[in-house]
Amino acid sequence: MTQVSPQRLHGVMAEFDHSDKLIAAVKAVRAQGYTRIDAFTPYPIEELHHALGHHHSPLPRMVLAGGIAGALFGFSLQTWISTVAYPMNVGGRPFFSWPAFVPVTFECTILFASLTAVLGMLALNGLPEPHHPVFNVERFAMASRDRYFLCIESRDPRFDAAQTADFLWTLEPTHVAEVAAS
Amino acid sequence: MSESDRTDAARYWRGLEERTPDAALQAQLRPEFTPQADVAPQGLDRRHFMQVMGASFALAGLGACTRQPVEELVPYARPPEDLVPGRPLYFATALTLGGFASGVLVESHTGRPTKIEGNPEHPSSLGATDRFAQAALLDLYDPDRSRAVLHLQRIRSWEAFLQVLEPALEAQVPLQGAGLRILSGSSTSPTLAAQMQRIRARFPQARWHRYETVSRDGLRSATLAAFGRYVEVRYDFSQADVVVALDSDFLTTGPGCVRYAKDFMARRRVREGQYGMSRLYCIESTPSATGAVADHRLSLPPAQQLACAFALAFECGVHGTGVLGPAGAGDLEKWRQIIGLDLREHAGRSIVIAGDESPVELQALALAMNQRLGNLGRSVIVSEPIEVEPTSHIGSLRDLVQDMRAGQVELLLVLGGNPVYDAPADLDFTAAMAKVPLRAHLAFAEDETSENCHWHLPLAHELETWSDARAHDGTVSVMQPLIDPLFGGKSMHELLAVVAGDKERNGIDIVRRTWTERLGADFDTRWRRILHDGVVAGSEEPLLPLELQRDSLTQLFLGVASDLAPRLERRNDSLEVVFRVDPTVHDGRFANNGWLQELPKPWTRLTWDNAALLAPATAARLGLANEDMVELEQGTRKVRAPVWVLPGQPEDVVTLHLGYGRRRVGRVGTGAGFDAHPLRTSAGLVHASGLRLRPTGEQVKLACTQLQHAMEGRHLVREGSLSEFRDHPHFAQEMGHGVHAPTSLYPGFEYEGRAWGMVVDLGACTGCNACVVACNAENNIPVVGKAQVRKGREMHWLRIDRYFEGSAEDPRVVQQPVMCMHCENAPCEPVCPVGATSHGKEGLNEMVYNRCVGTRYCANNCPYKVRRFNFLQYADQETEVLKMLRNPDVTVRTRGVMEKCTYCVQRINQTRIQIKKEDRPLRDGEILTACQQVCPSDAIIFGDINDPNSKVAKLRQQPLHYGILEELNTRPRTTYLARVTNPNPERGAAAGHAGDVRGH
Amino acid sequence: MREMCVATETRTTADSPLVAPGHTTATVTDKIAAVVLQSTPRWFYPAFGASFGLLMLFMYAVTILFAKGVGIWGVNNPAGWGFAIVNFVWWIGIGHAGTLISAILLLLRQKWRQSINRFAEAMTLFAVACAGIYPILHLGRPWLAYWLFPYPATTGVWPQFRSPLIWDVFAISTYALVSLMFWYVGLIPDLATLRDRTQNRIARVVYGMMAMGWRGSAAHWHNHDTACILLAALATPLVVSVHSVVSLDFAAGLIPGWHATIFPPYFVAGAIFAGFAMVITLAIPLRAAFGLHDFITERHVRNMAKVMLATGLIVNYGYAIEIFIAWYSGNEYEQYMLTNRVLGPYRYIWYSLILCNVVATQFLWSAKVRSSAVAVWVVSMFINVGMWLERFVIVVTSLTRDFMPSAWGMYYPTRFDYFTFFGTIGLFLSLMFLFVRLLPMISIFEIRTLLPKARAKEKSA
Repeated sequence: MTQVSPQRLHGVMAEFDHSDKLIAAVKAVRAQGYTRIDAFTPYPIEELHHALGHHHSPLPRMVLAGGIAGALFGFSLQTWISTVAYPMNVGGRPFFSWPAFVPVTFECTILFASLTAVLGMLALNGLPEPHHPVFNVERFAMASRDRYFLCIESRDPRFDAAQTADFLWTLEPTHVAEVAAS
Repeated sequence: MSESDRTDAARYWRGLEERTPDAALQAQLRPEFTPQADVAPQGLDRRHFMQVMGASFALAGLGACTRQPVEELVPYARPPEDLVPGRPLYFATALTLGGFASGVLVESHTGRPTKIEGNPEHPSSLGATDRFAQAALLDLYDPDRSRAVLHLQRIRSWEAFLQVLEPALEAQVPLQGAGLRILSGSSTSPTLAAQMQRIRARFPQARWHRYETVSRDGLRSATLAAFGRYVEVRYDFSQADVVVALDSDFLTTGPGCVRYAKDFMARRRVREGQYGMSRLYCIESTPSATGAVADHRLSLPPAQQLACAFALAFECGVHGTGVLGPAGAGDLEKWRQIIGLDLREHAGRSIVIAGDESPVELQALALAMNQRLGNLGRSVIVSEPIEVEPTSHIGSLRDLVQDMRAGQVELLLVLGGNPVYDAPADLDFTAAMAKVPLRAHLAFAEDETSENCHWHLPLAHELETWSDARAHDGTVSVMQPLIDPLFGGKSMHELLAVVAGDKERNGIDIVRRTWTERLGADFDTRWRRILHDGVVAGSEEPLLPLELQRDSLTQLFLGVASDLAPRLERRNDSLEVVFRVDPTVHDGRFANNGWLQELPKPWTRLTWDNAALLAPATAARLGLANEDMVELEQGTRKVRAPVWVLPGQPEDVVTLHLGYGRRRVGRVGTGAGFDAHPLRTSAGLVHASGLRLRPTGEQVKLACTQLQHAMEGRHLVREGSLSEFRDHPHFAQEMGHGVHAPTSLYPGFEYEGRAWGMVVDLGACTGCNACVVACNAENNIPVVGKAQVRKGREMHWLRIDRYFEGSAEDPRVVQQPVMCMHCENAPCEPVCPVGATSHGKEGLNEMVYNRCVGTRYCANNCPYKVRRFNFLQYADQETEVLKMLRNPDVTVRTRGVMEKCTYCVQRINQTRIQIKKEDRPLRDGEILTACQQVCPSDAIIFGDINDPNSKVAKLRQQPLHYGILEELNTRPRTTYLARVTNPNPERGAAAGHAGDVRGH
Repeated sequence: MREMCVATETRTTADSPLVAPGHTTATVTDKIAAVVLQSTPRWFYPAFGASFGLLMLFMYAVTILFAKGVGIWGVNNPAGWGFAIVNFVWWIGIGHAGTLISAILLLLRQKWRQSINRFAEAMTLFAVACAGIYPILHLGRPWLAYWLFPYPATTGVWPQFRSPLIWDVFAISTYALVSLMFWYVGLIPDLATLRDRTQNRIARVVYGMMAMGWRGSAAHWHNHDTACILLAALATPLVVSVHSVVSLDFAAGLIPGWHATIFPPYFVAGAIFAGFAMVITLAIPLRAAFGLHDFITERHVRNMAKVMLATGLIVNYGYAIEIFIAWYSGNEYEQYMLTNRVLGPYRYIWYSLILCNVVATQFLWSAKVRSSAVAVWVVSMFINVGMWLERFVIVVTSLTRDFMPSAWGMYYPTRFDYFTFFGTIGLFLSLMFLFVRLLPMISIFEIRTLLPKARAKEKSA
């Protein structure tokens, strides 16, 4: 395990071969008072989310807002066009034939909501972010296969490269590595 | 003029006097010099210049030439007052068919004719025209017109021809012109008559032969037999309560047909409270357009038809017609009594009319009946011949062929016509003509005859030439050119002038010569008046008080009757053939006219082809179906033709239409139809028996515009008998489902101010197709060709639907012009994604070509299927000469764009601008749509339905008024008046009327 | 996610497993990734070549089309619409199964969807791509297609929002966009896997870019999960609306045979019906080709067969109702439309439609048929054909004979109609082949959650 000067560290990372070990470790680490921690898994584990004490995502509310915006946009666009911008006598129908405007309004609602959902998700996850310090750890590639990682970041007030690493070793990981910043 | 000029005038002196300051002396000396001498150096001042220019333009306007004659060439910088670009000028002239004139007004945009309308002053037109007059425009601009004098297919000049012709004529002078022959169609031109006189004077032995496919020989010989001399017969249908037509298509073809249709239909216009109506019986050997509107239609093979005519004549008390006794079958016997009674009851107020193509015996019977019924001088008018030197065409042609064979003809001039194509087969005209050492053909385009002549001379179109011609009643029109000959053609007069050795060699001089002689004093004003009106007032032929020569007629009848008897018993092994000129391309002269080729023929709805018409029963017996190729054999001659099974065709009769199968013709007519002439001999010009038919097992494709012939019990065309109408005026409105209570979520749209609407009177429509061609011409509608028509892509904005009702043997035919309905709740509009079609303030369903992206959703959603789509680039945008044809007020559509009837919005707008400028309200009938203007029987009425006094608004109040598919809540602006027929109460049931049509 | 897993478990114990036993996260990852990462199998070249050839045929047909105009097709008056619209509706319908599997089944917590949703969604995208081409091609002036979108034009004119075609424009483009996003969002974690698995530098860069730096952190997974659920919730009404709008193209017209209120539900059912048929048609050969029997098991086939049966019966009900209403309405035009379908010139099309969509479907009642991959595949082929015929009957038979007998006609497709149709099939297959070679056709991360190990651990936790 290579020594890197503390100030150039992103953090220390432990690797587990089992989701349970990871979850247990997370709990232990938080019990120790660490706050700047993050866990990486090959597939979503609801348990872990709670263990980390994360809150619910604000995404649903954003999507709702997006949907409402879409509906308003769609309907007002049609109304403006057919009554103000260029009113035409089409087959004797009134300019403001609202029943005909329903389908487009609906599609706009869905479109805006979905865009919000996707862009919102990316934003909340800070993606795209092609490079991230954790990638400096070769074995981190296994995070997308069958390994589970726990990282304590150097920003953490209680962080100390050596101690934190030792502490992590106590949580029966398969490896522990220092994560170089940048 | 400027100062400098004056000083110049002073500096150069012409005589001492100018040096001497003494004014008095000058005054004395002045007369020594020419009066205008001092004007000359000054030139023209502006005003004077304009006067001269205006005058020359007035002259030019007279001949309205795009390419001004050289001596009148004037820069276009300052156009004269009467020639405003974008504003058309109208010039009166006439167009002839078979020699007879129909007066027209030609719309000319900056010197190019773009539309032909009828001349209200002209007795044969009264403002309407037939389909041929409408299509003449396309002939004028036909790119396949011959453009040069040809000698043995090599290009020569007119002068070169004259260098050959004049010596040949000189050589004839000593022989008194014994070797000179002229062959042409019949003509009514006074100028031509005068020229013929002069030619006779120069060549006493020369002979003028006449031949046309529609020769009217039957009528001529009949009059010869009846009156001992040639006379012209014309009819006054406004005087007729009962009309019996023997193979006569008087409503849509032949001299005066337009006028006849007008008069005839005027007598059948029934409205609430006015029930007077004439009755029409048709006894015909092949279905005709007139037959389609008949109250009773008998369809009989020629022999039976003749027998029936005899029986009728006998019924009317005509001498020498009793010999046959009762007319064949029991039903015919009844008919004879019924019709005979009807005629006798209306003696003096009836007409018996035989067709232009009918043989002498039918014509003679008709004349005899009219005489016996006292119609002569009332509804049937006999007058001096209108034609120049009338003669029997077939006789005349036979003589010519004999002379040519005998080698007596040294110089043959064929003026128009196409004898090599349409001469009776047995005469073998081509071979005989080959013996003539010098042959020249003056023709509109290179054809079969010009192929067989040494010289081909381009003939100028009637819109390009000076001439004159007479109407069916003899009224004379002077024809003035609308444009210089596009391809430098010559008129007949110009060629004959050479033959006559006149010094006037160009059209206007030749015609003026005739008329200076005729008009005498005060020539100029009267001449201008004639040109302006298009007719010579009061020049119609007065009726001749003539006595019928009963004996000669009786002789004729007895002769006919004796050889009729054997013809009456049917031979099953053979068929009878009936020849008719084609309803659209006529005798073949219009074979290269796309408008007419693509015009659906009445009854068959075929385009681009003729066919061997067979009765359903006959076809079934022979195991034939539509589009089966058969070989027809008459004697030794054979023709291959496709079969078309036609309900209403008499049994065991094959009708062949002439005018197709042209071998040498332009790009349009090439390969269209088959040539029936090989079967047509001088003995059987109209019909012949002993035709053999052999299926070849092959199939050909024909382009028919209507695949479905039954109305499926839907109430599209509504009709009833007169009695029904009288007892029950609202029968038509009760037929439909009516409009359900408004089921829309939306309030209706209010139309204040003008609201355009159209009413089509189905009772008046003859299905003559003139409106369809007029629409093509007015709206730049492209011709798409046979292949596209077969795919169902014809572009006609206005179509005439035809439905059969009743039995296949004796069907009733109903016809219905269908154009855009301009529905107030137009189903086509809401479905257009780009709003390319929407409603105007005055309720027009407007089509914005520029905006159209071509989804075709509107056409799908149009219940009337009146929208037309440019699936390909149909409008010809390359051919230069066709660009002159276009109506500049109407967009030429490109590929991928939807189009449809616009109610001639360009005409509406012209008038709107006009009345705005004149600051006055719209006069009813001021705006005429193209179809309305051309309609001979006034079946189409257009106007403002919001104006309670307008004709159209009044008609919409009529009990006969109804709209089609109203139950869809489309609220159509184009609506119909139900057709009322006048069947003989005796036979009303048998003839099957509204009962059938109404369906379930 | 837990309750979802538990639910699945109880079901799986009753039923055969969704993933063959003995698999670990490692093995599934390697096995599925291998399909992409291993060298191209030999059969791939002829197969792709063939479909690419069809694609070239399509390019040829379209070139001629743009040069000459829609006149090269069989469309005419009165049949203003022909193959183009038939194919359009057919393709759109096929697309629906993908969205359904990924969205509705996700909401319904149907875990069995997870091994087929990925390529079902891909299928959706490609089908929508094929469908989307037709409305443009069938225009008389295709170069002006952009006029159907509302944009401030110098002319000052706008689209006409009462037209179902404009509804189409919005529905189809929304649908295409949402499906694309849904598909891509699902791909991100697997793209990360490929990024980390591949040995090829370029591939790593490309996959890396597409993965956007996915790290699989707990927060990532949480937002990702939420986004997927939300998209599913949005896509579900969307997929229903899309085919409803498509059906309105007809229902909003007044042509007998079009003007029917049953159309929206009946079209949606038909779409799912056709879509599942196409999934089967593709899935069974693919799993054979890549030996994926472990992930696409008999149970998947059985379930999809059941869905086809159910939706098929709804479609049959639609047919029945159409006939009943035509008779019951007492409207002469409706009644004629019916007789015309059954006895008119196009009756044989209608008969074969009944054979394919009514008769063939009934075989799915038998458990034996449902459990035989081959049998189900054969039935699915019948349904693919049948659904195309159904659209043909609706579009052409109705248009050629409507209100005015005088205007009745016939519609005969030309060779260019066929070229374009087979051409889009080529486009579809080419895209499909590229997809299975370049992207994991089974959602790796979702399969991982199905593994007994994963479940056991989460349970014990």
